Amino acid sequence: MAQPPKTASGPGRVLVAVYAIFALAATSRAGVQIATKFHEAPVAYLLSALAAVIYVLATVGLARSGETAWRVALASCTVELLGVLTVGTLSIFDSAAFPQATVWSVYGQGYLFIPLVLPVIGLLWLRRTAPRTQNPIDRPVG
Amino acid sequence: MITGFAITIVACSLLTAVWSFVLSARNREPSKALLGGLAAVELLLVVQLIIGVVLLIGGERPGSIATYLAYLIGCLLVLPVGTVWALAERSRSSTAVLGITCVAIPVMVLRLNEVWSGATA
Repeated sequence: MAQPPKTASGPGRVLVAVYAIFALAATSRAGVQIATKFHEAPVAYLLSALAAVIYVLATVGLARSGETAWRVALASCTVELLGVLTVGTLSIFDSAAFPQATVWSVYGQGYLFIPLVLPVIGLLWLRRTAPRTQNPIDRPVG
Repeated sequence: MITGFAITIVACSLLTAVWSFVLSARNREPSKALLGGLAAVELLLVVQLIIGVVLLIGGERPGSIATYLAYLIGCLLVLPVGTVWALAERSRSSTAVLGITCVAIPVMVLRLNEVWSGATA
């Protein structure tokens, strides 16, 4: 039998709490930026909004149990890691493209580099809680 | 904003955070005393909301009223939501979750004060 992954149990609860705080912070920040000064830096603010959506998806994916939720969490943590690496690198070498700070600028420096560490911990945790494949060899004998 | 009061909130929530992490490291579930500590921080945040609104009525203006009110009211939600999430499955992790929520409060209070002294977002 495939065990449904429980990503929100034990240490996973701490991870969900950190993700939830980032989801709240990123969503409200992006909301204010887009509502009040979108024309100043559309690319940066759209990236802020994208980051916010990813944090929300990761929070929900990790907080819920089941294989679908696990896949949502895996996808969002992966995109999050790629995003922070890409935006982090671009913001250093092409600072003109990112005149305004986003969560991922300089690998999340403005947020104590937590945006860089968080997806790595998330992916490691998802590996530990991965759903078992329905392989007969995995079943206990007898 | 009254700077001294903001510093009091930051200090109290950081103390409660350290207390949570120490209890979690010692493999403890959240104690009644710790939850009392969180309640005290929440009470300070309610007082902060009252002070903030009184200052607004008195005619003082932050960098952005909407952002300012969002922080004033938003930071009231963090500890209750975090506590519900923490207590839904009691373990040493619950105690760490409480610590994490306590760390979020100083960040929000600092931002609140930046907005009060003129920042717009």
